[in-house]
Amino acid sequence: MIGDLFTRWAGEASAHAGQVDLLVLGFTLLVAALSLPVFVLMVVFALRYRRGRAVNRRHPINRNVWIEVSWAIIPFILIVMFFVWATSLYVDIYHPPDDAIEIQVEAKQWMWKFQHPGGQREIDELHVPAGEPVRLTMASQDVIHSLYVPALRLKRDVVPGRYVSMWFTADRPGDYVMTCAEFCGTNHSTMGGRLVVMAPADYARWLAEADVDRSLAAQGAALFRSAGCSGCHGASATVHAPPLAGLYGRPVPLDDGTVVTADDQYIRDSILLPHAQIAAGYPRIMPTFRNILDEAQVLRLVAYIKSLANDPPSSQSPADDHPAGGQPPVEQGR
Amino acid sequence: MTDRTTTIDDRRARSRPETGTGDAKTGDAEIGTEQVSYLRAGHTLRSWLLTTDHKRIAILYLISVTIFFFIGGAAAALLRVDLLTPEGDLLTNEGYNRAFTLHGVIMVWFFLIPSIPNTFGNFLIPLMIGARDLAFPRLNLISWYIYILGGLFTVVVLITGGVDTGWTFYTPLSSMFSNGNVVLAATAVFIVGFSSILTGLNFIVTVHKLRCPGMTWGRLPLFVWSHYATALILVLATPVLSITLALIAAERVFGLGVFDPALGGDPLLYQHLFWFYSHPAVYIMVLPALGVVSELIAAAARKPVFGYRFVAGSSIAIAIIGFLVWGHHMFVAGQSMYASAVFSFLSLVVAVPSGIKVYNWTATLYKGHISLDPPFLFAMGFIGLFVVGGLTGLILAMLAVDVHVHDTYFVVAHFHYIMVGGTVSAYFGALHFWWPKMIGRRTSVVWGRLSAVLIFLGFNLTFFPQFILGYLGMPRRYHVYAPEFQVLHVMSSAGAGILAVAYLLPFTYLFYSMRYGAPAGPNPVGATGLEWTVPSPPPKHNFATLPVVTGPPYDYEIEHEEAGKAGGGRKGKARTTRRDRADDQGRPTRQAKTAPGEEWQ
Repeated sequence: MIGDLFTRWAGEASAHAGQVDLLVLGFTLLVAALSLPVFVLMVVFALRYRRGRAVNRRHPINRNVWIEVSWAIIPFILIVMFFVWATSLYVDIYHPPDDAIEIQVEAKQWMWKFQHPGGQREIDELHVPAGEPVRLTMASQDVIHSLYVPALRLKRDVVPGRYVSMWFTADRPGDYVMTCAEFCGTNHSTMGGRLVVMAPADYARWLAEADVDRSLAAQGAALFRSAGCSGCHGASATVHAPPLAGLYGRPVPLDDGTVVTADDQYIRDSILLPHAQIAAGYPRIMPTFRNILDEAQVLRLVAYIKSLANDPPSSQSPADDHPAGGQPPVEQGR
Repeated sequence: MTDRTTTIDDRRARSRPETGTGDAKTGDAEIGTEQVSYLRAGHTLRSWLLTTDHKRIAILYLISVTIFFFIGGAAAALLRVDLLTPEGDLLTNEGYNRAFTLHGVIMVWFFLIPSIPNTFGNFLIPLMIGARDLAFPRLNLISWYIYILGGLFTVVVLITGGVDTGWTFYTPLSSMFSNGNVVLAATAVFIVGFSSILTGLNFIVTVHKLRCPGMTWGRLPLFVWSHYATALILVLATPVLSITLALIAAERVFGLGVFDPALGGDPLLYQHLFWFYSHPAVYIMVLPALGVVSELIAAAARKPVFGYRFVAGSSIAIAIIGFLVWGHHMFVAGQSMYASAVFSFLSLVVAVPSGIKVYNWTATLYKGHISLDPPFLFAMGFIGLFVVGGLTGLILAMLAVDVHVHDTYFVVAHFHYIMVGGTVSAYFGALHFWWPKMIGRRTSVVWGRLSAVLIFLGFNLTFFPQFILGYLGMPRRYHVYAPEFQVLHVMSSAGAGILAVAYLLPFTYLFYSMRYGAPAGPNPVGATGLEWTVPSPPPKHNFATLPVVTGPPYDYEIEHEEAGKAGGGRKGKARTTRRDRADDQGRPTRQAKTAPGEEWQ
């Protein structure tokens, strides 16, 4: 039972976990060094100078600015060194490698849903290959949740209304606990599952065995037609709507003069909050799909539009006047 | 210690009144003869409920925060019993959520925030600065009624089933999804906020305008300094909370889209607004405790607090920097990476003034005459727990580490070390230290020591295992948990049992002392400070003649057991004042003037 605690919960499932543990160990030693003198001296002084005991009490000092400045500044400098260390580790987890496997996550009261790029779906379980970077793009259907895998030393709040991302490279196959860390209502404590880290070959086998009809993008394409998107955005549409081929990752000029990059968040917002950002040169006619599509469906549509990123943009595209935006933007979960 | 030499020099009484009219209030003969104590000035219920005497209002607060402390404590006991088993057999998920929300709301707003300022601050600030009351006595009474009104709303929330959002009321859970009584709970907190604002205002004006002659800023007791810093936060931060709660109610009732993204709002805006209040609110809870401990340490060691200016200034520094660190609650919530780095750094900066206080207290003990009576033991307990709480706060401020332990039991343990280990220990320390002043009777030293030790041990047993739970990954606010964690949870619950006994214990012997305790006399602890120059309990208007202060605070004289060895050549800095003080029968300090040359007899 206790053994499980250290493997399933607090095991070091990634190199990052080991680095965090090392940082904590080092910092704990520092704070022990800073606080032990206080504990020891307080007890020593309290006993040595207790009332009624005859000891030398001459020349007590009541102030000494330099002593005070020194015990303010020296610990602070030491702590700042650890601040630099901790911050650099934190910056790392904001920069996913470009070749990460993208898995889409939908959180809702009280379950986690995962969609693999090939269309494999699972609930409350996430299978990932060992040794390969994995990037999670996460959305919440209702309240704030937080995906937390203690063995990775990682968590991330999943805030409704935006996409947030988290990435990791789990390098040790095994079963690890996955929980929700942000209080999300009645059954918060039961919202969790497991992260299954598999050897790459096992993962490939698992993907092949999973019951999949189509890839995520293909599901999105079907939805694109069934939800009526193609009526305006399709190739044969007569409505003056922005074409979507080649859109992803490029700058989009808006009618208020600003330019945004067409990333996951922009596409999501354009579907659910279409009037927040109007592409320059287009009328304000897009209806909202907020009550029609759920976050999982929107994620599929985003995957579809993303799959069109390298298609040639059609000639009337407003984005056409601008150079391609380089590599796809990294969603930082603002 | 009492048979030591008892000479005094004429530079005595630095912070005592130089009563121009004579020695009126410090002798033991005159106590209570001409001035009726505040406790005896009127015996009707009306004379209590409509009083404008800051001391009576302090007693009203003392009673009401104690009631809320035990309601909040009962909720905590319920949680700890429920957590004995991984499945949580006692409560339902919903019931558990409502219990911890209630525990948080009551403890934060109805106990911790008003605890020390509204009882001891109310009672002591006028006495310490030589005033007859706070600047606005009637406003002070209204503050109490507002507090009670807010409390009644909370009781109604409790009776009507409670609320299940956590004390943080995070949106959109609170505004759109919760099926608890959110609007009523928010109203309760909204109302009690005005009590905080008015009390803070009252303190600020009092400290500015009502200091007696000679009580310069550089002579203010550190208790008053820390309350002044607290009052600044109360006045500046609480309105933000009020507005935020009003916006939640507006979103919930009228569908106004402020925080819910489905209505076009931003959930993170709520977190920014909430923590802009609630982080400084942590300092509202702990700064008064720091002030209490400075007084307790100085009195126990019979020495001036080491580095008075640094300790006083650090209270103000903590109050100011405390406004700039709220983002450290949001490292994983999705604020920008750069903002997180800045907030992390500023959070580490707060460690500097906090560290100054702890190191200076330790230095104060050096070569003191330390009394191991209950107030000192509580102060020692405070420092130990505050240091652990503060340093684990630094661990939480480390960005990469916070990503792991945020929203786990590690955080729960951290803030309980500060607020319960720290503030509640200081609260009990203050209660033991000033009880004779408030009631006029002494209380049991033995029982006091026992409860100080029990609180310290029980607290550590309750909360230290939670650091381990948190680092292993146990999230907070979990009703059902993995069976592997049960051992640590059982330890924690066992500690909570000890803690419950330890918290109940003082109320028995303190009540007992109200009737059977030995009379205290004006200065049973031999402390400096104007509050110890008036009879215990103080007369209704505190001072017959307003005192005049001529020297720095904590002007404890030096006592040398090795008097024979004391040659000349002492540094000019060392004060050559001596004074005898209360003996064990509680007779007050006697002061007499002697020639400086007699001081070593």
